[in-house]
Amino acid sequence: MFEQIVFYTFAAGLIFAAFMVITVRNPVHAALFLVAGFFASAGLWLLLEAEFLAIALVLVYVGAVMVLFLFVVMMLDINLTVLREGFTANLPVAGIVAFLMLAAIGLVVGRHHFGLSEIPAPPAAAADYENTVALGRVLYTQYLLPFEIAAVVLLVAIIAAIALTLRSTRQTKAPRPERQVRVTRADSVRLVSMAAEKPAPADTPEA
Amino acid sequence: MLALADFLIVGAILFCLSVAGIFINRKNIIVLLMCVELMLLAVNLNFVAFSHFNQDISGQVFVFFILTVAAAESAIGLAILVVLFRNRSSINVEDISAMRG
Repeated sequence: MFEQIVFYTFAAGLIFAAFMVITVRNPVHAALFLVAGFFASAGLWLLLEAEFLAIALVLVYVGAVMVLFLFVVMMLDINLTVLREGFTANLPVAGIVAFLMLAAIGLVVGRHHFGLSEIPAPPAAAADYENTVALGRVLYTQYLLPFEIAAVVLLVAIIAAIALTLRSTRQTKAPRPERQVRVTRADSVRLVSMAAEKPAPADTPEA
Repeated sequence: MLALADFLIVGAILFCLSVAGIFINRKNIIVLLMCVELMLLAVNLNFVAFSHFNQDISGQVFVFFILTVAAAESAIGLAILVVLFRNRSSINVEDISAMRG
């Protein structure tokens, strides 16, 4: 019973947040509702005994990705009225498409195919079961190569993001170390030997 | 008791909502990116639910990789968005017609 209350609370929160993300006028509010949606989803994952992923979702998504979204949304000066054009015009099409898709998926994933009689609920995990340990055990053995590739994907993303947004022209004045270390004595010191222009004056009493 | 079908229905509703969001917000790239994130979240929910009910941890490993790819995707997408806004002062999809064939 408690499980059901938790499930329906988080599921309702998740769907409400998703609905607000797609309908709200201000992108900042949309991003904040998406954060709420991620929190509700993390709650559902906890219910499914995926503790590590629930925490990772909150840390990685809410902590990094959504902050990036908010940062970009607030940095750009967006004209909201232009972007809302066509909202009502596309609404019927969107509703029909979404409803048809939902009906089609619902026919497949309903209780008659994935109900408790077809797929019984798994036994509760033992008290000393650790989701993080179990996940790490397969991640670092069976899925080691995909794990390394995922790391490379993140590295490529870092390089791509920096390369895209970095301005090429230098805008600040800074010393160039590579030129500084190449300076030789000949570049900066010039010894000039020149003869004295006129003989030293004779001993004259100071005025 | 909660069945696998309950979680799958929640994922299906989430996915359909994000598809509808792509239809009705087709001018605003930021909201489009958010809708893509919602879609990935729906898929992840399905993976976690199947992983739990089939007692197979591999599903959670896949969610891990999807999270990685989604983070990379949004980072690059937002970088492209920033460059686009710097060049055109607009994020309207309709304005991006330079590559029309």
